[in-house]
Amino acid sequence: MAGLGGGPAAFGRCTHAVVRALPESLCRQALRTAPGPEVDFARAEREHQLYVGVLKSKLGLQVLELPADESLPDCVFVEDAAVVCEETALLTRPGAPSRRKEVEAMKRVLEGLNLNMIEMVDENATLDGGDVLFTGREFFVGLSRRTNQRGAEILADTFKDYAVSTVPVHDSLHLKSFCSMAGPNLIAIGSSEAAQKALKTMQQMSDHRYDKLTVPDDAAANCIYLNVPSKGHVLLHRAPEEYPESAKVFEKLKDHMLIPIATTELEKVDGALTCCSVLINKTSEL
Amino acid sequence: MMTEVGSETEVKKDSEQAGADKAKDKPEEASDTPENQKSRKAFSEEALDSSSVPVPTSQSSPSSQKKEKDSSESKGISRFLPPWLKKQKSYTLAEPKDEAKKKAVGEDQVIEESECQLPEEVAQPKKSLEEAATENQHNAKADEKEEKHSVSSAETQPAKEDGKEMEVEKVAEEKEEKQVEKEKRETKEVQTGEIKTENIPQKSPKKIKTVQCKVMLLDGTEYSCDLEKRAKGQMLFDRVCEHLNLLEKDYFGLLFYENSDQKNWLDPSKEIKRQIRSLPWLFTFNVKFYPPDPSQLTEDITRYFLCLQLRQDIASGRLPCSFVTHALLGSYTLQAELGDHDPEEHHSDYISEFQFAPSQTQEMEEKVVELHRTHRGLTPAQADSQFLESAKRLSMYGVDLHHAKDSEGVDIMLGVCANGLLIYKDRLRINRFAWPKILKISYKRSNFYIKVRPAELEQFESTIGFKLPNHRAAKRLWKVCVEHHTFFRLISPEQPPKAKFLTLGSKFRYSGRTQAQTRQASNLIDRPAPYFERTSSKRVSRSLDGAPIGISDQSLLRDFPTAQGGPAGDKVIDIEGVGQDKLKEGSREENGSPVKTPQLELIQDGKNNSLRVDGENIYVRHSNLMLEDLDKTQDDLLKHQASINELKRNFMESTPEPRPNEWEKRRITPLSLQTHGKKEDYISQVKMLPVKEKQWTAMPWIAEAKPEETDKSSHETLDIVEEKKQAEVGREETVVIDETNKGKMQVATDAGETCKVEHLSKKDSSSLPSDSSSSSSSESEDEVGEYQPHHRAIEEVIREEQEEEEDTNRKREHQEKIMQHVEATTEGSKLNVPVERTAQVTAEALVQENAVTIATEEKNFSEDMKQDLGEEKEEEQLRLNGDVSHVDIDVAPQIICCSEPPVVKTEMVTISDAAQRTEISTKEVPIVQTETKTITYESPQFDGSTGGNAGVLLSAQTITSESISTTTTTHITKMVKGGVSETRIEKRIVITGDADIDHDEALAQAIKEAKEQHPDMSVTRVVVHKETELAEEDEE
Repeated sequence: MAGLGGGPAAFGRCTHAVVRALPESLCRQALRTAPGPEVDFARAEREHQLYVGVLKSKLGLQVLELPADESLPDCVFVEDAAVVCEETALLTRPGAPSRRKEVEAMKRVLEGLNLNMIEMVDENATLDGGDVLFTGREFFVGLSRRTNQRGAEILADTFKDYAVSTVPVHDSLHLKSFCSMAGPNLIAIGSSEAAQKALKTMQQMSDHRYDKLTVPDDAAANCIYLNVPSKGHVLLHRAPEEYPESAKVFEKLKDHMLIPIATTELEKVDGALTCCSVLINKTSEL
Repeated sequence: MMTEVGSETEVKKDSEQAGADKAKDKPEEASDTPENQKSRKAFSEEALDSSSVPVPTSQSSPSSQKKEKDSSESKGISRFLPPWLKKQKSYTLAEPKDEAKKKAVGEDQVIEESECQLPEEVAQPKKSLEEAATENQHNAKADEKEEKHSVSSAETQPAKEDGKEMEVEKVAEEKEEKQVEKEKRETKEVQTGEIKTENIPQKSPKKIKTVQCKVMLLDGTEYSCDLEKRAKGQMLFDRVCEHLNLLEKDYFGLLFYENSDQKNWLDPSKEIKRQIRSLPWLFTFNVKFYPPDPSQLTEDITRYFLCLQLRQDIASGRLPCSFVTHALLGSYTLQAELGDHDPEEHHSDYISEFQFAPSQTQEMEEKVVELHRTHRGLTPAQADSQFLESAKRLSMYGVDLHHAKDSEGVDIMLGVCANGLLIYKDRLRINRFAWPKILKISYKRSNFYIKVRPAELEQFESTIGFKLPNHRAAKRLWKVCVEHHTFFRLISPEQPPKAKFLTLGSKFRYSGRTQAQTRQASNLIDRPAPYFERTSSKRVSRSLDGAPIGISDQSLLRDFPTAQGGPAGDKVIDIEGVGQDKLKEGSREENGSPVKTPQLELIQDGKNNSLRVDGENIYVRHSNLMLEDLDKTQDDLLKHQASINELKRNFMESTPEPRPNEWEKRRITPLSLQTHGKKEDYISQVKMLPVKEKQWTAMPWIAEAKPEETDKSSHETLDIVEEKKQAEVGREETVVIDETNKGKMQVATDAGETCKVEHLSKKDSSSLPSDSSSSSSSESEDEVGEYQPHHRAIEEVIREEQEEEEDTNRKREHQEKIMQHVEATTEGSKLNVPVERTAQVTAEALVQENAVTIATEEKNFSEDMKQDLGEEKEEEQLRLNGDVSHVDIDVAPQIICCSEPPVVKTEMVTISDAAQRTEISTKEVPIVQTETKTITYESPQFDGSTGGNAGVLLSAQTITSESISTTTTTHITKMVKGGVSETRIEKRIVITGDADIDHDEALAQAIKEAKEQHPDMSVTRVVVHKETELAEEDEE
């Protein structure tokens, strides 16, 4: 049984992943926090395919691939459209108006999984999945340009079992732009002042004590932890050629099976590893 | 109002009789019942009778009245209390009467108001009696027999009161007799909820007024019994627990409701009547402290009651859960109460009579059934355990929520839980203050304040204020905080029964056992697992959803439980099996458990601290009501903020490294040498907040060893030491010094006195006496409560607490208190209680002092250590290690009573820091050796104390002197153990200065001076704790 019954031991368990192909419109129209070089679409696609391939072939997840939608340049970043925890899915109301329609496809695919679906309909609420960090014990929600208090409240109402604490996020797009879970009790965190400050806030708010894995680069702190039955701890992290120093830190995790994945192109439009999938642990087939 | 209350009560009766839940519907009807009328008559008769009672009393002088009251009041305690304490008590007694008249405020104001109220007392007794009679009337539920009985006892009352002296002696017998009588009735009435109207009044030789109490139990049944009107809460609670066959009762409590949503915990140490005032004697048995890890409970029956409570909490929506969790918990409930799913017996609707959630859908029920099937084979006890394992992870488990507004008037909720205080806005957690971070909890009028330890690298405490709906609410919240803090954070050694009455100086203290104590006690439970039936949760009527009514929400409306069929037999067996396991587990833990608990907690804290948020948001968010402002000018505040910012900036620039914050480190150090890189900053702030510089911690002393414990703690300590790069040298003195001035010592304790403090804070101490009296006479609305976790530092798990005291405000308070003590003014009884105790203890100690043998005896004494007293700030600059005698003169010496040697605290804290252990550096090896030795001594001490084996602390004295760069705190403790008296002097010297300071030299100097000062003593332990700013971290 999922839910609290599963406990932290089940953290990182995952059976399904929802991903979405990237539209060509991404190159020019995707939102970005800072101007920069144009995205090399072909390369971005290759990287994404590698990403999906790892989830599918290497880790054996059932990957549900949504087709790209050219009218939604950011649609590859599926994470922002839904927060799934155990058997419950919250369809978000993304902070960027241009992205609100991304939720529709997400809704359809999640309905197919027979999850308890909650939709964020409040017009005053915004929430990007990228601002939601689930630690296995509680949620932290970054209050950022994309996510507001009301959105966090709705998340709290949706996942009533868990404490939901808010963390101000100022200098980056999302909370998870500089942190993520790298293990059942392990928070990967960037070294920037903002990241460290956010971490402290989280630690102050939590009744629980987390270990932390500090990596030199904020972007590299966004990694994907999975607990795969046949492989144990699995960590998808940014490739050494992108963030060599941070990769070294990850390489110290002896118990983890490490899978470096480059996200060079999508990073130009604020993409990171967690952004490109919604992970679901479907324990019961109803 | 009378009618209203009466009818309400009546309703309950009706509903009980009917065995149905119609209570809400028929108030009017109920009030007309013949019974009711009869009982009223009876009441008024009684009222007449009883009104005559007070007359003699009122004629007598106030003081004699007090005495009299006292004698009847103090019964059980009396032999433990020195006579003048009793006197103080009497105030408390006498007062509430008039008070009740004027305002329906809490029973706790007594103290504050006692002085001003006295004159009125004489004039008002009659009224107050009427009031009392009214009270009776409200208890219309009481059966007629009761009435008659009480009438008759009322008749005898005057005589009794006249013969006060006699009464005292009689009390004991009377009680016994009553007990017998009551028990008889109990057996009849228990669980029936029915009221017997035709009882023959039983006249016991000494007639005593009794009142029928009803208690709604967690399984929805009602327990009723007769209690003497003056009975304390404890008596009722004990009865209930006995009825429930519950041994681990410290997690539970009795509630009474002022109105539908204002629940109050019945204070076991106080008279029931004075707490509930005119409310009906109707209580609800509830979980008060939710054990964070229910699997550590010893008995299944305890877990069962906890499950029942949680089921109520969940069904009523107080404990929110997701759909899935509702279903899961529901399925465990089914398994526990019905056993394995049986498709034949359990038809589709078998669960609809259970309530699993505030709003229960068909879908949920299906899910519950589905899950129920998967639990096949789980015994009821296992199902309960599983239920608890899931429930305890819910984020709102054990969180007691209170409505409040922040400084900006925004609605928030304050949640009190085992770990601290949580702040919610809507459903979001916006802040959290763990107990270790909270230095002080106080309230004034409808404001509630917490003073928070400075964050890393900050120098200032901040006080955060919240606005509660009213004064009562603020006080309630404050009490709950005090209780939770005490229960979950403190450790106290086993106490003899008197401890219940004596332990806490103020009424505003939790008087029960702490979790550590209750766990210890539970380990001793030696009985076969009691048989009990699981029933009940299914009787929760759904109609109650969201309609919490005053007394015991759903429970009143439940059917009388019928025994569950088949599974019961199996259950018994299972239960026993499990019970055994638990017992074994318990005994295994026994040795270490007292130690362990704190350790675990501490580890966590350590980590928290090291990673602590800098707290800026806290200031921003809630700081408008800051108390700080009391002693700071606007400029100061700005400066403060500026320096915080600066520090933060600096900190941010440096590598963020997990390092224990200053407080954390200091906790561990008795004798500390600190270097602050930012000397200027510090110095400039010193006047405002000398506190930071001065801390001292209790040091361990004592000399017998218990091998295992010793070993363990010794390396733990070692680890820590190095991690923090502090060398510990211990100094322990076994020489008895008689000069420790026992005579002049005062225990000043009480935090409850804040109002005075605040009034006084700006005044000269010379004006204190008058001031305090005026403030004490202030209205109840001005009542202030204050609680410093640190007061109990000795018993504290948390070392930090000892460091808190030094702020100016505090000092003034102390001074004031001392003044009060000295003058023996009629100030609040709270204050006096501790003092009295001390006095008594002193006496005992003296007696034993002669014997000089090594012995480990029981410590029968535990008291809060009021270190703050010792913190009297000497504005004169004393040179480093300013000599004790000199200081003595200036500072009012105090007796510090402690349950355990201060050492313990240190130890534990040290241990707690496991997370930060590192290798011992070679450089420190010699020191480490010394320390190891010390530890060997310390450990047994702790062990002994928890085992109930400890000395009596005769006196403790703390003297603090300061100069620009040093603060010396001298702590003299006198212990009597067995027949041996030991005096230990602990000196804490805090040297503040640049990196230039030669620490070794400073240490050498300090030791030398210490030796010189006490040539007849030996230095047994030296602990050096060095704290440096980041820049200097490389220094040894």
